[in-house]
Amino acid sequence: MTNIPIESIPVLGKNPLPPAWRKYFSFSTDHKVIGVQYLVTSFVFFLIGGLLSMVMRAELITPESDLVDRSLYNSMFTMHGTIMIFLWIFPSLLGLANFLVPLMIGARDMAFPRLNAVAFWMVPVFGILLMSSFFLPSGASQSGWWAYPPVSLQNPSGDLINGQVMWLLAVAISGVASIMGAVNFVTTIFKMRAPGMTFFRMPIFVWTVLSAQLIQLVGLPALTAGAVMLLLDLTLGTSFFNPEKGGNPLLYQHFFWFYSHPAVYVMVLPIFGVFSEILPVYARKPLFGYRVVAISSITISVVSLLVWVHHMFASGTPGWMRMFFMATTMCVAVPTGVKIFAWTATIWRGKLRMDTPMLFALGAILMFLFAGITGVMLGSVPFDIHVNNTYFVVGHFHYIVYGTITMGMFAALYHWFPKITGRMYYEGLGKLHFWLAFIGTNLNFFPMHPAGLMGMPRRVSSYDPEYAFWNVLASLGGFLLGMSTLPFILNMVSSWVQGKKAPANPWRAIGLEWLVSSPPPVENFEEIPVVIAEPYGYGKSEPLVSNAAAMTQEA
Amino acid sequence: MKLRTVLTLAAIAIPITLISLWMGQQAYSWMPPQASAESKLIDDLFSFLVILGTFIFLGVGGTIIYSIIFYRAGKYDFSDGPPIEGNVTLEVVWTIIPVFLVIWIAGYSYHVYSQMAIREPMEIVHLHNPMEMESAYAAPEKNLDTQENVTKGAPESAVVLPPEEIEVHSRQWVWEFRYPEQNVTSTELHLPVDRRVRLALQTEDVLHGFYIPAFRLKQDIIPNRTIDFEFTPIRIGKYRLEDSQFSGTYFAVMQADVLVESPDDYKQWLAQAANREPSAAYNQAASEYSRFSDKAIKPGWPTIVPAPAPLVNQPGATSLKTYSQ
Repeated sequence: MTNIPIESIPVLGKNPLPPAWRKYFSFSTDHKVIGVQYLVTSFVFFLIGGLLSMVMRAELITPESDLVDRSLYNSMFTMHGTIMIFLWIFPSLLGLANFLVPLMIGARDMAFPRLNAVAFWMVPVFGILLMSSFFLPSGASQSGWWAYPPVSLQNPSGDLINGQVMWLLAVAISGVASIMGAVNFVTTIFKMRAPGMTFFRMPIFVWTVLSAQLIQLVGLPALTAGAVMLLLDLTLGTSFFNPEKGGNPLLYQHFFWFYSHPAVYVMVLPIFGVFSEILPVYARKPLFGYRVVAISSITISVVSLLVWVHHMFASGTPGWMRMFFMATTMCVAVPTGVKIFAWTATIWRGKLRMDTPMLFALGAILMFLFAGITGVMLGSVPFDIHVNNTYFVVGHFHYIVYGTITMGMFAALYHWFPKITGRMYYEGLGKLHFWLAFIGTNLNFFPMHPAGLMGMPRRVSSYDPEYAFWNVLASLGGFLLGMSTLPFILNMVSSWVQGKKAPANPWRAIGLEWLVSSPPPVENFEEIPVVIAEPYGYGKSEPLVSNAAAMTQEA
Repeated sequence: MKLRTVLTLAAIAIPITLISLWMGQQAYSWMPPQASAESKLIDDLFSFLVILGTFIFLGVGGTIIYSIIFYRAGKYDFSDGPPIEGNVTLEVVWTIIPVFLVIWIAGYSYHVYSQMAIREPMEIVHLHNPMEMESAYAAPEKNLDTQENVTKGAPESAVVLPPEEIEVHSRQWVWEFRYPEQNVTSTELHLPVDRRVRLALQTEDVLHGFYIPAFRLKQDIIPNRTIDFEFTPIRIGKYRLEDSQFSGTYFAVMQADVLVESPDDYKQWLAQAANREPSAAYNQAASEYSRFSDKAIKPGWPTIVPAPAPLVNQPGATSLKTYSQ
């Protein structure tokens, strides 16, 4: 696990390279290629999941169930949730981390490049497996992305190969792939840092990836085990969770949320990292309280392992358990609050330049602030008993998964687009994308809060007419959000093909990745950098590395 | 701190406080009518959370918006901002304030929860020492485990009379209520006003959720268990019971009417219903299942066959407010 010198890989220098685009369809072990593979694949699934949600919003624009069959609607929200989590947010974040982490810590690749490639290629495999269940005679899974038994065990078709089995297989494979990724990232970050890159010189993005991947290592085995047990119940007739045979359906809920709540932090922590990277660049100030922000990431991942029952406050949980997990849940607010304050202080008295990445980052932070406040409300047991499983919860977590994570992902994609592709994107289209997405997100997800307070349950395909007003607004917002991806796609494709050539450091940013060319050469660094400063030295004009010239010399 | 800073902060904090308090008042109007004693407690808690939330949102969000407007770099200004890397005092303050806030919220929530005394699922409780956890951060007025608790602020009759016992049977996708004393069954939930009600929640197949938004109360129903659930209706009227835990294909139509009646009307209804011959209730799920689907998009996937319409003394309304075309 040391950095292999470039001379030991003789093939690349001698043979003429194949056309650039072809490497993205090959079993490449280059972390940058794998990063792009993750990003593009996950974006395709993002569009599929988004289309499903737009059909759902079309169904919900009227109170009656009048567009799609109820069973189809149920499978749509199941697949929407599953695709967006396991095939958009997880892999897109892994893509970003794959591209950036080795560059940011001064490594030539990940610790286990081949494992990295295998983990990626499992994504299209289980993605296709999952999507193909739509074409089964029994239909795709219809039990929601929680797949709570006994509903998930009912299997009305009687077929052995049914949508639920395919879903469980896909989730189990996804779990295995993510564990592979987690092992790789944790090892890379611990073992492959460049000389001088101490823990407290690592960029916050690396800290947050580390925090997130540590959660994966601890939590994923629980989910994967739960999925396998449910699969055994469903196919072999075991009785882990089947109440008809004396199994305990509540046990599954604990298995599921023990991982799936921390999973939210797996998804959001790297985006906190993105904010912490982007704000200093466009505000021209060091990140406020760097060490505290770094430590609060680890704190969040530790506390996140002890809060899962807050998803079960209305379930079969006794009072003491509800009270205990209310207390732990509230604790998460503290390190998270510290981060928001640190970002606010970072832009305070800065020299702000509102380019597209900064717009997305600040828009996402504002929406995260709102989601954090409704999140603390949900942590309060008595209030949660009213809004649990209503649209209030749906509104809250969409402010996280879209308002914060997806918007933050767009911020990252614009910010590192020149580094990834070697081209500049079109600023005008980027700003158009931001405003459509910002308005669309709020129009789509804010009305879900009042609907939930009034009592509209989630996962319904028809509802009482008094909820109609807010649903019409949400549906219009949903369609606008769908439209907002068009300028993004146009921007990415046209910029990649014919955008202006990007210099090594178009944003005057500090960081190892900005010292190498755009796109970075294979193996990243000619000579491994020697780091001599903390990562956010804006306004201090001190060098980051001692061997800047040698490390970028072209071979 | 300089006097000017203090005055500026005060000038900002006062209007934000006023707006937050006003939002806290508005919060009551975002909720359904207060039809149970518990709903008053929960609405007060929600109002408090809205006040705090608004204050934080305006305070932090306002600072961010202010920075966006007033700290913009000029078009040709490529200089850096001041290299401020942190401020220990500030960081300690903004760690301690959230700590106090969340302790306050958790303590208040704990207090409300113990006052509600809704008798959540208990069977695991007795295996543990239930009070071990709570005493650390809040002193409860009443033990959570006390069986005879009645929601604070409930009318006197709710305290004096023993709770009215009603069985709730749920199955895919219909609610059925049984009044054991009179042996009356119904698909409408009739409840006496101002009296403690004790429900015995049961399911015959999958998880369901008992949820009446106007009561602000919700409890999942779990196979092979009977869960006791208590509350006090305080407002005469007609409300909706919704299934809140996803239960399969016709989940959305698993609803029932809830009628809170004066004690006399309630008694009269029970007496009348007891004399009525049981008849088949209207069943939205079964009726949709048997009908040809005329939806635009229909895959024809197999689904669980809905349970037959229950035979009850009080079959209730013939249709739900929501229906499939």
